[in-house]
Amino acid sequence: MDAVVISRLLTAMTLGFHIIFATIGVGMPLMFAIAEFIGIKKNNPMYIAMAKRWSKGYTITVAVGVVTGTIIGLQLSLLWPSFMQLGGQVIALPLFMETFAFFFEAIFLSIYLYTWDRFKGKWTHFLITLPVIIGGTFSAFFITSVNSFMNTPSGFDFVKGKLMNIDPLAAMFNPSFGIRSFHVVATAFMTAAFIIASIAAYRLIKNKFIDDKEYHKKALKLAMTVGLIASLLAMLAGDLSAKFLHQEQPEKLAAMEWHFETESKADLVLFGYVNEKTEEVKGAVKIPGALSFLSDSNFNTKVKGLNEFKSDETPPLIIHYFFDLMVFFGVYCFVVSALFAVLKWSKKWSQYNKPLLYLAVLTGPLSMFAIEFGWFLAEMGRQPWILRGYLKVAQAATHADGLSLVLIAFAILYLVLGISASYVLIRMFSHSKAMDDVQKINERRGEV
Amino acid sequence: MDYQHIGITVLWLFLYGYIIVGAIDFGAGFFAFHAKLTKQDHIINHMISRYLNPVWEVTNVFFVFFFVGIVGFFPDTAYYFGSTLLLPGSVALILICIRGSFYAFENYGQDSKLSWLFLYGLTGLLIPAALSTILTIAEGGYIKETSNGVHLDWLTLLLSPYAWAVVFLAIISVLYISSGFLTYYANKAKDSDAYNLLRQWFLIWAIPMIIICQFVFLSLRQHNENHFNNAIGNYWWLFGLSIVFFIIAVALIFFKKAHGFAFIMILLQFGTAFFGYGVSKLPYILDPFIDINKAVVNEHMALMLVIVFILGLLLLVPSLILLLRLFIFDADYVKGKK
Repeated sequence: MDAVVISRLLTAMTLGFHIIFATIGVGMPLMFAIAEFIGIKKNNPMYIAMAKRWSKGYTITVAVGVVTGTIIGLQLSLLWPSFMQLGGQVIALPLFMETFAFFFEAIFLSIYLYTWDRFKGKWTHFLITLPVIIGGTFSAFFITSVNSFMNTPSGFDFVKGKLMNIDPLAAMFNPSFGIRSFHVVATAFMTAAFIIASIAAYRLIKNKFIDDKEYHKKALKLAMTVGLIASLLAMLAGDLSAKFLHQEQPEKLAAMEWHFETESKADLVLFGYVNEKTEEVKGAVKIPGALSFLSDSNFNTKVKGLNEFKSDETPPLIIHYFFDLMVFFGVYCFVVSALFAVLKWSKKWSQYNKPLLYLAVLTGPLSMFAIEFGWFLAEMGRQPWILRGYLKVAQAATHADGLSLVLIAFAILYLVLGISASYVLIRMFSHSKAMDDVQKINERRGEV
Repeated sequence: MDYQHIGITVLWLFLYGYIIVGAIDFGAGFFAFHAKLTKQDHIINHMISRYLNPVWEVTNVFFVFFFVGIVGFFPDTAYYFGSTLLLPGSVALILICIRGSFYAFENYGQDSKLSWLFLYGLTGLLIPAALSTILTIAEGGYIKETSNGVHLDWLTLLLSPYAWAVVFLAIISVLYISSGFLTYYANKAKDSDAYNLLRQWFLIWAIPMIIICQFVFLSLRQHNENHFNNAIGNYWWLFGLSIVFFIIAVALIFFKKAHGFAFIMILLQFGTAFFGYGVSKLPYILDPFIDINKAVVNEHMALMLVIVFILGLLLLVPSLILLLRLFIFDADYVKGKK
């Protein structure tokens, strides 16, 4: 394998692994903040126990998130030195700000985790979640800004291979920054909520602690409500993204939809498979005019086809599958949470019925898959560029020796980490009864 | 001051910060493991974890801050260091990753395992060794530039006495700084068993520490004479001060007096030596490829970075003080009452 392929593989592997923990890292603080808020407001120790248990599990995921984040931060320079030399002139600002946000979050997360009983005022401890949420959300914003810059570079003039007349703010607030960071944060909240929902639903189906039923019902209800709102926001963000791609990155949209000829009333293609040579699409569901409508809210809009672009500057056609799966999984989670909400209002059925619980168990893993596929789509969708329009991936990779060795070492590392983290998390909760924690909180209150 | 000097001063400060908090953390991990092996863990491990649990993540951010900052202020460093450091950098990354996660698994998880503590303790000594290689490479002489890019000359690096002296200095400093801090912390916790053990460790590590420093100096003279002459000729007083601070620190702890002040002396001892080393190395960040005056990022970006840095500090400093007040300077917390 050549250096470019290995460098791409390794970057994909690190990011693919990191994104699991990063997504939880951004989304989960909102969940335990809400739980603690309700707990204090309603004076119900069950919600406080929820916040405690979630944040305890969170320490494990956040640890892996922090260390893998450190890896990707350095790997950028180790694997793509020429890109960082060039891009460093322009993306330093958001990268730097991301570290500040991360710093801020790290400090207050530490304080949050170790001060459960240290403050007199009952709201003080809850207030610490605010800097944690702000820090996490902003670090997502800033890092997405760096990635958006690679998709839609702006804020400089390109003169003879060098970046000149640099405007750091224009580079940071590049055209795709707003929509993409909105999408990232909304889906992170959505994923965190559905992961909680999955666990609660699983516990309601299969639980050795009968007393915990009430606790898990409350957790499921809370998670489904947040999940419903966040998935609505995520769908809105997705819709805005499609419109944005139509304007700014038409080659990505065209590759996503196997849209070869420029035409108005363009079809939306769902699933199917494609013969890359003959450009024939088989077995797909085609919705007439829907692509035009999605691009511009008008069925007559002309959508640029792939044939308009140079063949060595179009993304791989595989991204269509990632797009379909992302959308399908996202919509699935929305439908389940909407169904849950509907049943809550209906008198006839309980929202805790078995079939719905089984469907709910799937929402967490599927929304995580949607995150992964969404990032595959976003990243492979700007191939062959590393800095779209300016620097190709092939020109940016390192020439260092020992790449294959490093690839194998990191693959083993992620495997070990993934397995141990799951093991620790499962052990942490499989033998611990939620009502015991509630009991502890009650006892401590009794003493005061 | 111009942007490049503001930039390098800021970065050097953060690297210094990382060396101190990192050393405490790395050394503590090793001591925890060692104590477990020698069945002394009941004496100190609860105290170590009381300090480490709230701060390990913050320690890591100091490191991230440094490497993001250096690429931001001096993008050429990404090219030269990035191209050459793949192997040592990856080794350090894997170690940091193992350490961070297994620390969390060990401390927050349901069960504790000796193998996890082993990984955690051993990596604590290997990480400074791996990271110190990068400082060695920055001295110059290990990198060749060809038409195909820049490459690291491994053989020269592995055979270099200077490289090895720096590795040993890094490891011993970690144990020295860490035991120095933990002695102070144990004293504050009024935990006399832990205090005696840690004080003993501190005094043991002080002697090789000062000897290895001389080796580093001597081998630097062999390896990069310009740097050595600049250090001795223009900044000798910084290194002289460092030795004075060292003597005060060791004497105070030996006579069991003023432990907080003794730790400040340790901080100053490393601070003066580290800044003396840094400032005498200028104008080169990587001799001779990266000259600080030529490699600095464009002016608009440098200005923005400085502004963001000042705003960031306004946010960070009060938060850090809050963290310290809650966990380091809160007598009841340190004693384990909270």
